[in-house]
Amino acid sequence: MKKAITFTLNNEVIETEVDPKWTLLYLLREVLEMTGTKEGCGYGECGACTVIINGQAVDSCLYPVMEAEGRKITTIEGIMLKSGELDPIQQALVQNGAVQCGFCTPGMVMSAKALLDEKERPTEDDIKDSIAGNLCRCTGYVNIVDAIKSVAGGR
Amino acid sequence: MRSYEYYKPQTMQEAVGLMDRLEDAKFIAGGTDVMVLLRQKKLALKNLISLRNIGDLVYIDKKDGLKIGSATTHTEIVKDEFIKRFYSALNDATTHLGSRQIRNVATVGGNICNAAPSADTACPLLVLDAKVIIVGQKGEREVDIDDFFLGPNKIALERGEIVKGFHMPQFGDNTGSAYIKHTRRQAMDLPMIGIGARITIKIGKSEVRCRDALCTIDTISNVLARLQDEELEIEDARIAMGVVAPRPIRAKQAEAALKGKVVSEKLFREIGEIAATEAQPRDSIRGEAWYRKEMVKVLVRRALMRSIDRVIRPDDTIYPERLW
Ligand SMILES: Cc1cc2nc3c(=O)[nH]c(=O)nc-3n(C[C@H](O)[C@H](O)[C@H](O)COP(=O)(O)OP(=O)(O)OC[C@H]3O[C@@H](n4cnc5c(N)ncnc54)[C@H](O)[C@@H]3O)c2cc1C
Ligand code: FES
Ligand code: FES
Repeated sequence: MKKAITFTLNNEVIETEVDPKWTLLYLLREVLEMTGTKEGCGYGECGACTVIINGQAVDSCLYPVMEAEGRKITTIEGIMLKSGELDPIQQALVQNGAVQCGFCTPGMVMSAKALLDEKERPTEDDIKDSIAGNLCRCTGYVNIVDAIKSVAGGR
Repeated sequence: MRSYEYYKPQTMQEAVGLMDRLEDAKFIAGGTDVMVLLRQKKLALKNLISLRNIGDLVYIDKKDGLKIGSATTHTEIVKDEFIKRFYSALNDATTHLGSRQIRNVATVGGNICNAAPSADTACPLLVLDAKVIIVGQKGEREVDIDDFFLGPNKIALERGEIVKGFHMPQFGDNTGSAYIKHTRRQAMDLPMIGIGARITIKIGKSEVRCRDALCTIDTISNVLARLQDEELEIEDARIAMGVVAPRPIRAKQAEAALKGKVVSEKLFREIGEIAATEAQPRDSIRGEAWYRKEMVKVLVRRALMRSIDRVIRPDDTIYPERLW
């Protein structure tokens, strides 16, 4: 049986009907058709589905949709600047050649954003720790770490 | 996936009542074990009872020891400087558990109640003498964590009972603890062996702090060699081992052999040998039994060294990665 829930998605209040067995990822991609958030493994291993819930990076593939109720959720679609430009993290990834196939990128951006929102000047270890749960098959991570570092150092 | 109802009680009593009333039900906290099992179709049920919205299950209380609510996330434990300083083994374990995304939602109660032989917080809670606080329809009861684990995914919880939290005694400056997770990868890996240790040094006999100038840069072996005539006597010690038996276990013979002895590297080497005789690891894809047994010797010794290190120079070793 469907249940009504209300939550904040990218600063907009959403009211929608959900099946309690859905994950947050399913609601985002299949129902709301916001396909920026990716599904890789579906088991919490790869981080492609990372979103920010109440300020913290979370794997949306393991997040019961019913827990979205009343919480504040940000996805990759919600981080564009008001001017319409890319977020500084996205710009840095582009500039550092840190995007190849791009499948891991939305998750990487959300993990990095959660870190930078929490810690203004993270160390390299903080950066590596923040993306340890984000798999990338293409880049070898070095450019991704450099990109996040450049944002952290540049502000 | 089969459909289920999802309940969000606000109090413990409500949660316990729901569990009593509903058939085919399970508690879900962070869901990082439960959701995986559901998605892999290894678990089918009609009702999920969420513990995520019960405020009374989330606490870190530092009066007379340490009390941690079962729905406290690993991230909250990692961030706590008091836990890092006085209950270091727990910080070691939560720091390297899963990924940031997992730690942000996964809870210590879920880790213990899932009762995997590899559960990272099990050894720390065993060496820190945690009591499991259980709440049911009839009230509250307490169980030693050592009596709580019954086997793989089996715990001493009656139907309808819920774990409220874990309470640990107070430890002073004369106690150090550590947990070492032996993995193939540095991140996102379950331990092929997990070793926890705690040492409490007898106070009064000698100065336990290392004050010599070399202390901040020297290896713990050298520091111990120089401190030999201080005769640091072990008042109490614990050793716990993960992934060497169907459940996380204490190496009780090794613990007994430490009691009353004077700290030395040689002693720790002998203790490692004793602990290895108490370990019954199996062959698995993560590592073969003989290798695991050999590593028990090394890691028990290392965990004891790290524990004593944290007693003699707490300020320097509080960030262990630098030295080990
Ligand atoms: C990608 C990934 C990596 C992981 N890495 C690690 C790792 O490195 N080390 C490790 O040890 N684990 C790891 N895990 C396993 C898991 O994250 C941990 O065991 C976690 O602590 C479980 O907590 P939870 O709150 O998510 O549990 P849940 O899945 O919500 O619950 C687990 C079990 O405990 C029961 N339960 C929960 N709370 C209570 C309570 N208060 N009272 C009674 N029963 C309760 C539930 O009914 C269920 O049976 C990993 C999991 C994933 C998906
Ligand atoms: S899809 Fe969620 S972690 Fe891989
Ligand atoms: S860019 Fe292809 S997976 Fe990361």
